[in-house]
Amino acid sequence: MNVIVCVKQIPDPATPGALDPGTNTLKRDGKLILDESDSYGVEMALQLVDAAGGGEVSLVSMAPNGEVSGMRTALAMGAAKGTLVSDPALQGSDALTTAKVLGAAIQKMGGADLIIAATESSDGYTGTVPEQLAEVLGLPSVTFAKKVVISGGTLNADRQTEEGYDEVTCPLPAVISVTAGVVEPRYPSFKGIMAAKSKPIDTLTTGDLGVTPVGWAGANQSVVSVTQAEARAAGEIIEDDGEAFAKIVAFLENLKVI
Amino acid sequence: MNIWVFAQAANGAPTTGTLELLTKARALGTVTAFVGGDASAIAAELGNFGASKVYATGDLGGKLPGVAVSAAMKAVIDGGDSPDLIMFPQNYEGRDVVSRLSVKLDRTVLTNNVDVTADGGTVAVTTPIFGGNVLVTTSFSGSAPHLAAFRPKSFAAEPAGGGAPEVVAAPVPELGATGTAQVTAVHVEETSGPKLDEAAIVVSGGRGLGEAPKYEMIESLAKLLKGAPGASRAIVDAGWVPYSYQVGQTGKVVKPGVYIAAGISGATQHMVGMKGAKNIIAINKDKEAPIFGIADLGIVGDVHKVLPKLIEALQARG
Repeated sequence: MNVIVCVKQIPDPATPGALDPGTNTLKRDGKLILDESDSYGVEMALQLVDAAGGGEVSLVSMAPNGEVSGMRTALAMGAAKGTLVSDPALQGSDALTTAKVLGAAIQKMGGADLIIAATESSDGYTGTVPEQLAEVLGLPSVTFAKKVVISGGTLNADRQTEEGYDEVTCPLPAVISVTAGVVEPRYPSFKGIMAAKSKPIDTLTTGDLGVTPVGWAGANQSVVSVTQAEARAAGEIIEDDGEAFAKIVAFLENLKVI
Repeated sequence: MNIWVFAQAANGAPTTGTLELLTKARALGTVTAFVGGDASAIAAELGNFGASKVYATGDLGGKLPGVAVSAAMKAVIDGGDSPDLIMFPQNYEGRDVVSRLSVKLDRTVLTNNVDVTADGGTVAVTTPIFGGNVLVTTSFSGSAPHLAAFRPKSFAAEPAGGGAPEVVAAPVPELGATGTAQVTAVHVEETSGPKLDEAAIVVSGGRGLGEAPKYEMIESLAKLLKGAPGASRAIVDAGWVPYSYQVGQTGKVVKPGVYIAAGISGATQHMVGMKGAKNIIAINKDKEAPIFGIADLGIVGDVHKVLPKLIEALQARG
């Protein structure tokens, strides 16, 4: 079974985000890392291919610059190869364009039995790309999957809902999005990190894929204003001297909630 | 302006999120509710909150709403009734439907919004970013229908006293391969106490608890306060509690009267989901933790010492 995992390379979430004042897009000029949300999809893909007894895991990613360090992390976990769509023209692309570009790249890669994505990225978190990608590819989808089993060409998943979860069955090929915590992502081994350096990453441009328009031209939106939200002021901060619990009790009493 | 609202129901009534969107929509124009399912039990209430017309797909027969409802919407639009704006709730079903529809109509979609304006045909939406510290307002520049998803509690739901709306069938067309996913069983997870996003008091735990069994302290405290237990993304990712407990950008947005954050440092991902609370109490070992920047009462201390004493004190009160 062959699985393609959509991965995103994002600025380190530990460093504060900023907007480019010229374009009002998120600054992505520093070193990029593999979005932690995507490590669950990579792990699940590796486990499903193992369970199937054959096949491989490929990666697909899109970025305006040629950054591959995040993809190398996923290759070090065990993915076999990657395809990066990299083109300065992609700057400012909306989620729909992203889905069209990823869809065209996946078709150029020869498709797969299963395509896995996270539910949303940790930087932009639009949260629509997996389901848009399924529609672009004309495939069924199961989003917000928190448990996935494949047997005999059929996928069975537990899908998160507002009230609990649904059991869903779906024939392959299909697109799924997986919630964080669905599996325990492995840490890349030293051997894996060394091997990842020589694994192939194909680079494509939007021209190779024939998707137009992309970037700002295809986004059909414009930023009207960027303003600071009303700040919430900090209140009283105290060090616990063993009696701080009483402060909380008094605070709750004062609010008449106890 | 002609506006559709993707309307959802639970336990035979429209969801609070649906009523919030209808209330906002009717301030902007003429409102149509689009129901993925049978609307006979909820149509009157949708009318009461401002819908003058209701489209209903009828029973989805186990098809996932993303595929089925988007196809039904597309069929109505192709049939000539095309809205200027379609408003969706930012939740599992809303996200799936708007995503599929955006491809079918070739329209961009703006998500995570908390406000919308319509000024002479120009629709603009506002999204909080960087943990809610910055608000970005974006206008749609392509042609209608514009597609936007809104976070829960962005608007206050108020009845308009409208009469029963006209209900029109909007059947799901043939879906082909995209419609082959099928729901085979529905599980409702029973929770005692109030729902996380409706509770007057929320007690959330984070990585500072140290290990999964310590989450019991959070549940005890929540129960004593007749509130709901919540969690940071870190401990959901670590598998300590289910995804449905998660408060934050990628989880539930809560606006309780009191929010207690125990062992949570206050990543922007978490703060965007709880900074709307009226009162915030934070307990954390690290006095530099960002959560103290928004706390009304901040305790710099060890949750393993403060929480047991707090629980004991509340138990003693009976």
